[in-house]
Amino acid sequence: MAQSKHTNTLPRTVGEGLARRGVSRREFLQFCTTLASMMALPPAMAQTLAQAISKARRQSVIWLSFQECTGCTESLTRSHSPTLENLIFDLISLDYHHTLQAASATAAEEAREQAMKDNFGKYLLVVDGSVPMANPGYSTIAGISNVDMLVETAKGAAAIVAVGSCAAFGGLPKAKPNPTGAVAISDIIHDKPIINVSGCPPIPVVMTGVLAHFLTFGEIPELDPLGRPKAFYGETIHDHCYRRPFYDQGKFAETFDDAGARDGWCLYKLGCKGPVTYNACATLKWNDGTSFPIQSGHPCLGCSEPNFWDAGRFYQAVSMPITPVEGLAGAAAAAGAVAGVAVTWHNRSKKAQAKSAHVTLGVQDLKK
Amino acid sequence: MEHLALLTFVRGPALDWSLGLCAAGIILRLFETLGLGRKADLAKPRDDGPGSGWQTIFTRSIPPAGMFRRDPLTYVAGYVFHFGLLATIVLFVPHIEVIRGVFGVSWPGLPGPLVDVLTVASLVALILLLVHRFYSPVKRLLSGIDDYLSWVLTFLPLLTGYLAFHHLLLEYTLMLAVHIISVELLLVILPFTKLFHSVSLWFSRWYNGDINARKGVAS
Repeated sequence: MAQSKHTNTLPRTVGEGLARRGVSRREFLQFCTTLASMMALPPAMAQTLAQAISKARRQSVIWLSFQECTGCTESLTRSHSPTLENLIFDLISLDYHHTLQAASATAAEEAREQAMKDNFGKYLLVVDGSVPMANPGYSTIAGISNVDMLVETAKGAAAIVAVGSCAAFGGLPKAKPNPTGAVAISDIIHDKPIINVSGCPPIPVVMTGVLAHFLTFGEIPELDPLGRPKAFYGETIHDHCYRRPFYDQGKFAETFDDAGARDGWCLYKLGCKGPVTYNACATLKWNDGTSFPIQSGHPCLGCSEPNFWDAGRFYQAVSMPITPVEGLAGAAAAAGAVAGVAVTWHNRSKKAQAKSAHVTLGVQDLKK
Repeated sequence: MEHLALLTFVRGPALDWSLGLCAAGIILRLFETLGLGRKADLAKPRDDGPGSGWQTIFTRSIPPAGMFRRDPLTYVAGYVFHFGLLATIVLFVPHIEVIRGVFGVSWPGLPGPLVDVLTVASLVALILLLVHRFYSPVKRLLSGIDDYLSWVLTFLPLLTGYLAFHHLLLEYTLMLAVHIISVELLLVILPFTKLFHSVSLWFSRWYNGDINARKGVAS
């Protein structure tokens, strides 16, 4: 009876929840060591992480989804299973999430309001999707516009995690001509710490790492100038790409099916944006460390960078001109030729004037 | 401005404008120079050896007898800089991609570390040439603002390219944007400074060789 009562109640701490799920201490410590390594913390911090996480109360999380495709949620939920990261993710108190919660309609909104009331000032607000500002009616939840719900929910949040490039930077909805007037979370909320976990979608373990950091230290991790955790977005994909030696050797795939592509040569000429993309795909990889886009033969699109959709064509090298220059060359040549003819005419008439003004001197003139 | 947005701008409208101004400027200068014309040479040619103009295009790159010994630094550093710069421009794969984007032609490139060595050699050569320009009384007297401006605008693309390649000083995306801006400045200024020699060199050498041969003068 006592056992039944025990399993039917929610775990109070993360450690309790892990114990119930049969996660051994060794497994948990291994996970913490990996986390410490990912977040560029000293190895000794693994023990601190383990202690802090296991004792931490289940962090209340409210997850709002605005103009998004649910790819971020798909990434964060499916890709973890059945790893230890997923268990920790389960062991936060996810009090509101459209896609994952069982409740709907009024009950769902009540769950959000209750969580806000119970944990005011302490809950973590996770947002995926951008916010339409051109017309609030473009995206609503229970009749509440995205911007109103964001402002209301952000008031009691300890911090905000903008998950995915849409929430972090506006993402695809903000791509030209941005018909909905999409903006990032940081364009609306200015008085709360915001962590941008960009990517389309972001790497699942990055999300776990950010949550673990918040649980452990009670503060947000060190961020780069774009508000992204430096531990994961500190270096470019190009820097850690396993194809990098081919770049250095000058060996490039010219097409997707040539010998170079088959031999795993660098995808720079095929438009890889790895050199200007800050993310951890090349090291953490996806699907439980199985692979990442470049490993499966496709150039990086640069999805964790702001406005990546409008930063030139996907299959064009990052050094190439963005717009075709043929028309421009013709116009420039014509303008140059017109100016050249004008200058030549001016010079020639000056020469002719000088010539006509020339006075021929004879010997007699010299004697004067 | 966010770094990738700056890079997108410099790869887009800024590059369009600078390439356009460069092309228009070159054509303007060609009209201006060639449009001046020359008086018809009515004298009987001395030894009008065919190809003397074409020969001179190449022979002018070889130091005249005794000159190399008198001023080896100018020659050695000059060669190193010019060949290093040319190789860096046309044999570094990201640059070949730019050329492919503009002209639609491409060719194989050199490995990155080799281009890196050539870039450093070019930079060192440029610095030596500048120091020599300061210390040599004749060169100093002959130098004007055009020379120093041309030096700076040639040095900057090499330097910023080197810094971007090695991820030094600025974040890579920003340094890449700065590098492209420095190249765009060079493109805009090229037709209107001594850097125009990269275009005018060929036909001015040809003309000098040809006219001197007609007059029976060695060129």
